[in-house]
Amino acid sequence: MVCSKHPVSAAMFMIISLVGVAALFVLLEAFFLAVLQILVYAGAVMVLFLFIIMLLDVGPDAGKASKMKLVSGLAAAFSISLLIVIFLIIVQDSGWLLEGASWSAVPESSKLTQGGNFVFSTAVKNFGYGLMTKYMLPLQISGFLLLAAMVGVIVLSKKDEKEVG
Amino acid sequence: MAKTVVLDRKPLSFSERTYLPQIANGLKTTFSNMFKPKVTLQYPEEKPKIPQNYRGVPTLVKDPNGREKCVSCQLCEFVCPPKAIRITPGGVPEGEDDREHVEKAPEEFEINMLRCIYCGYCQEVCPEEAIFLQDEYSSSGYSREEMINNKAKLYELGGTLPDQHYKWDKKKKAEGQGNSH
Amino acid sequence: MFDYELIQLILIKVIFAFLMVGAIMTMAGYSVLAERKVSAWMQGRVGPNRTVLPFVGHIPVVGSLLKGLGIFQPLADGLKFLFKEEIVPGHVNKFYYYLAPIVALVPALTTMTVLPFGEFVNAEGVTIPLILADLDIGILFVLAVSSLGVYGIVLAGWSSNSKYPFLGGIRSSAQMISYELAMGLSLLPVFLWVSEPGSTVSSLSLVEIVRSQQGSTWLLIIQPISALIFLIALFAETNRLPFDMPESETDLVGGFHTEYGSFKFGIFFVAEYAHIVIGSAIFTLLFLGGWNFLPWLDNPWGADWMGALIGTGWFIIKTISLIFFFIWVRWTLPRFRYDQVMDLGWTKLLPLALANLIFYIFVVTWLDQSNLNLP
Repeated sequence: MVCSKHPVSAAMFMIISLVGVAALFVLLEAFFLAVLQILVYAGAVMVLFLFIIMLLDVGPDAGKASKMKLVSGLAAAFSISLLIVIFLIIVQDSGWLLEGASWSAVPESSKLTQGGNFVFSTAVKNFGYGLMTKYMLPLQISGFLLLAAMVGVIVLSKKDEKEVG
Repeated sequence: MAKTVVLDRKPLSFSERTYLPQIANGLKTTFSNMFKPKVTLQYPEEKPKIPQNYRGVPTLVKDPNGREKCVSCQLCEFVCPPKAIRITPGGVPEGEDDREHVEKAPEEFEINMLRCIYCGYCQEVCPEEAIFLQDEYSSSGYSREEMINNKAKLYELGGTLPDQHYKWDKKKKAEGQGNSH
Repeated sequence: MFDYELIQLILIKVIFAFLMVGAIMTMAGYSVLAERKVSAWMQGRVGPNRTVLPFVGHIPVVGSLLKGLGIFQPLADGLKFLFKEEIVPGHVNKFYYYLAPIVALVPALTTMTVLPFGEFVNAEGVTIPLILADLDIGILFVLAVSSLGVYGIVLAGWSSNSKYPFLGGIRSSAQMISYELAMGLSLLPVFLWVSEPGSTVSSLSLVEIVRSQQGSTWLLIIQPISALIFLIALFAETNRLPFDMPESETDLVGGFHTEYGSFKFGIFFVAEYAHIVIGSAIFTLLFLGGWNFLPWLDNPWGADWMGALIGTGWFIIKTISLIFFFIWVRWTLPRFRYDQVMDLGWTKLLPLALANLIFYIFVVTWLDQSNLNLP
């Protein structure tokens, strides 16, 4: 679907799949992640995509169609096999399902993580504590990476005044 | 050559550059406007006051004695720029002993209001002061035929206007004194 | 087999959802009327005063009063949109052309699920907020879903396949992305202020933020800059007049909905006003104390259902006055030029929001430290 020949359709399907991922997060009770997924990807990044597609007025791409067919065929095969696997799991483990344990409940014992001394839950505050204590280094590194990317964009997009004259 | 004076514009102060005081001022103005009396007319119920020299729908008028003033000279038909006026000349109807065989009168007088441009030339050109653009301004109808004012309609719209001349009264008076011309 | 309690719960939720949609749509319809009436009053006119229902209009005093206020006008407007001929221009992309109004309306109505409008204490002494879904990330949900609303406008502009709607769509997408940033940043200090140090309860919830303003000051007084930035960004996000780039009538004919007519246009119209209603409600919740009475005063009404009703009424009054403010600003200010909008968003509001955030980070940290040092 994302491989649709029509760029706007492709972008719309991309949005739908992003919202779908957000829905998966909701099923996992990670509301915060779900909302961020929609806010950042569906709400901002894809608008920019659409924006660029519209500005450039990209038409349907016929040349890529055969290649895309292969890709979408592979994707379809993969997702169908995944579906079958999930189905099998459900069928085999249905006894376990009926025994009262629900899919979404996180076992109580796993709520205390080993490293940090904060309680694991999906509340926003815990994300904050986690990011600022246990995952401080990755946070700083990704921040630095983003900064580098931003500087790069500025360098690229800034016209050399001497050349322009 | 006109002398131009270049005025130094004062740099905006900080509060002016945020535009917020100005916006607040504008809001105050619009808010105070809410409580001012309304200037609109509720049209079909309230009619506007028509000024004296208003040029509305052209109408035919009678003199205070109830006589037709139009003598169907067809000058208005001739002068009318969009050719809205159509006159069928005829004699004065039987019974008006004074005027019979002396003057003419329109047998039919039609003004097509879909053509009329309200220029007032007909009123200006009329030697008998028989056609007036009066204060009627809303003329409407369901068909094109309805929008052609015939003689009866024109007299109904026009009514009687005060006359300064009393042409026929003067003539009668003169005849009474033995001076028929 | 069937869990009757669950079904009952779902049924109640569905009924509440319908009531809420009804309420918001009615408010949207009547804000259209308010727009027409207020603009008329500000311009020395009377406004719509002709529509009348067959029997109600003949009641001696009330009937003519209702007629004069144009109370039945939204009904006539809605019916007009409903019964107009469906015209689809030949050059449009049909699928997206039909999809766009729906995409515009759905996010506007979805945000109301996390919109609390009151709370009451039941017989067991438990405080129950009047809300469809009490998410602990309410405000983020609102931001996320309303950011999807831009697709309606963009798709409408693109699928119309004509230049003015296209320009409108492009403008709106750029504008909405720009102001979303400032909006989000302006809200951070608010939630910094509200969340108590050390508590594990997340307070991105709209209910929590209203509770924090109960009996103390409104956040508008504590954080005027945040409120100002949020308000300006709200105007930009709802495409209201100083920022109504997507549909600036004077240069873009009708903007993104130029090619739309009849009920599809009606949906856009309602979506716009639903955005305004919900935006006003959220501003009320965040900065004007929600259903709490006045700053520094305890609610004069009780906490039972009667008090909840009065509180809800008070909240609706605040929201309506904010809607009036929206309309008032629209008929006061001229439209920004497009580059001025971008300039204001990126070089004025965003730095201001950042500075505001840093300032409040310091203030909150200092307050927390001094609190912790207390004996």
